[in-house]
Amino acid sequence: MQRNATYVLGFAAAVCVVCAVVVSTAAVALKDLQDANLSAYREQNVLEAAGFSQPGEPLVGQELAAAVARLDASVIDLATGDIDPDIDVSTFDQRRASTDPGSSHRVDANRARVMRVPNNALVYEVRDEAGALEMVVLPIEGKGLWSTLYGFVALDADLSTVRGLTYYEQKETAGLGGEVDNPRWKALWPGRQAFDAAGGMVLQVVKGQAGPVDQAPHEVDGISGATITSRSVTYMLQFWLGDTGFGPYLDRLREEVN
Amino acid sequence: MASTRETFLDPLVNNNPITLQVLGICSALAVTTKMEVALVMSVAVIAVLTLSNFFISVIRNWIPSNIRIIVQLTIIASLVIVTDQILKAYFYDVARQLTVFIGLIITNCIIMGRAEAFAMQNGPWESIVDGIGNGLGYSLILMIVGFVRELFGSGRVFGVPVLTTVSDGGWYVPNGLLVLSPGAFFIIGMLIWGLRTWKRDQTEVD
Amino acid sequence: MLEHYLGLFLTAAFIENLALAFFLGMCSFLAVSKKVETAVGLGSAVVFVLAITVPMNNFIYNYLLRQGALEWISESLGGQDLTFLGYLAYIGTIAAMVQIVEMTLDRYFPALHASLGIFLPLIAVNCAILGASLFMVERDYTFAESVVYGLGSGVGWALAIVALASIRERMRYSDVPEGLRGLGMAFILTGLLAIGFMAFGGIQL
Repeated sequence: MQRNATYVLGFAAAVCVVCAVVVSTAAVALKDLQDANLSAYREQNVLEAAGFSQPGEPLVGQELAAAVARLDASVIDLATGDIDPDIDVSTFDQRRASTDPGSSHRVDANRARVMRVPNNALVYEVRDEAGALEMVVLPIEGKGLWSTLYGFVALDADLSTVRGLTYYEQKETAGLGGEVDNPRWKALWPGRQAFDAAGGMVLQVVKGQAGPVDQAPHEVDGISGATITSRSVTYMLQFWLGDTGFGPYLDRLREEVN
Repeated sequence: MASTRETFLDPLVNNNPITLQVLGICSALAVTTKMEVALVMSVAVIAVLTLSNFFISVIRNWIPSNIRIIVQLTIIASLVIVTDQILKAYFYDVARQLTVFIGLIITNCIIMGRAEAFAMQNGPWESIVDGIGNGLGYSLILMIVGFVRELFGSGRVFGVPVLTTVSDGGWYVPNGLLVLSPGAFFIIGMLIWGLRTWKRDQTEVD
Repeated sequence: MLEHYLGLFLTAAFIENLALAFFLGMCSFLAVSKKVETAVGLGSAVVFVLAITVPMNNFIYNYLLRQGALEWISESLGGQDLTFLGYLAYIGTIAAMVQIVEMTLDRYFPALHASLGIFLPLIAVNCAILGASLFMVERDYTFAESVVYGLGSGVGWALAIVALASIRERMRYSDVPEGLRGLGMAFILTGLLAIGFMAFGGIQL
């Protein structure tokens, strides 16, 4: 039906206002709950990468508190690898820091297709009672086929043996690239070696089957039907474990361990 | 005016959204590698479709025709976002599986198509029935395609191994093509062939 | 610099073809590919709309929605993060642009409008259009990159639908089983085309 212009404009405005108000109210009112859910899930992923919990069996109650207590979170300066004492660990948000031009910088084109790298990063160290390093959990991210994948990789005290790899946020094709979330695929990671004798980051996701850890220490099975996502996992490990990412930090830890 | 019964049953086979109306294809391809995922998507689409049909039908007489598309899209998008926000806050595990599909639901042309073709002309009650009917018709195809792709592509049904694959020490060599998107095209193509051999009146004449 | 944009254009048009690599905009892709002539019409309309809406949404994202985007209004608004309004804003822009384009063409270029005709409103619900805007946000393109990306992905989609339409026109001379004629065959052809396009998969320019 035809109406006059005032009515059309009024109606459009009314729809916009009503929808915007409804959406914004929902977003603002539920934000705290959502943030709590996300950070809880993120924490579970750190624990899972570190091997404190099994995939699909999140820790609860005292076990959770005990595991979290073992994690020693610190904010490091990525360029030097040293701990940055000026930043409060409890409020530091790395994802936010990497979108803010004031606390991040644009990097050259790379295969992980990471656009900006934050100046600081949040890492988790696990130490025994004497203070010797047991393992370290590092955040990683990179572009897959559809989306950016965010996850964690945990390395042993030798800073090469992988303890585990998890992704807590990804929007890859369900059933194909989305299988990075599959417990059976994640179970292939523990024990693989990230670096070779010469110190090069050689761990990669191959096409097809790689075999058990002792036969193929530097290779992991590809996800069938998801070439791009598989490869992006390799690329983001190269990016973050190399000099472009946590290289300086890992070097500092190596000195400490030896 | 079609009876409520017809409004409900027609979209299942006779006027199926995917095989006859050509609506909602993108998501039918993207989410059918595993039946579990297909089921989640089906439920989400039925819910959003029913709600959007209802709301658009309620205000249909006030929508000026020259801005109707933008109004419909705004309502659909708002509905989807609010649903997403609520899920993220209260049902986080479900939401994590769903976030992948949220964008797909907004752009799912089934929802827009039914709003334009049905809800704009019919009352709220019929629109709800139409929404559920079309949602089920869509789900039916999704589940069939998902079943074929999961069973023959990875030897499983709902994640439970049925045909033991070679990599697990069994005899079945999975058909990798079915897991890839082109595989879905072939299955839907064959499905249409079968359906049109059964229901002759759906055959296209050039 | 030019090389970078050329690479982006080719990647968007071929390697990351919206229709055949990401399977976006499939509904109109299958429904409107019976004749080459109409496919060219819809294809050019999609190029046109993508080339306008992707940069526009880029502008909206960078100056209104993203965290810190509102700093140009006042310092105090810098912390606002309105990305949850993203879907709503992008789809609104797209629907509005489609309607404005339609009205403008109708008024000033009636011949072009008549030839595109019914395809223009259809574009608003084409998920390739929203998909391109979401990819643009996800990949953090600059304004110039988003112009190239919008154009490239549009050209890729248009090429794909014209290719399918030409094959379907030829199919009329083939003896296709009755039930498979039309839509059924279109699905199978698209599947084959997609397999062909998988050969581009993973090439990085």
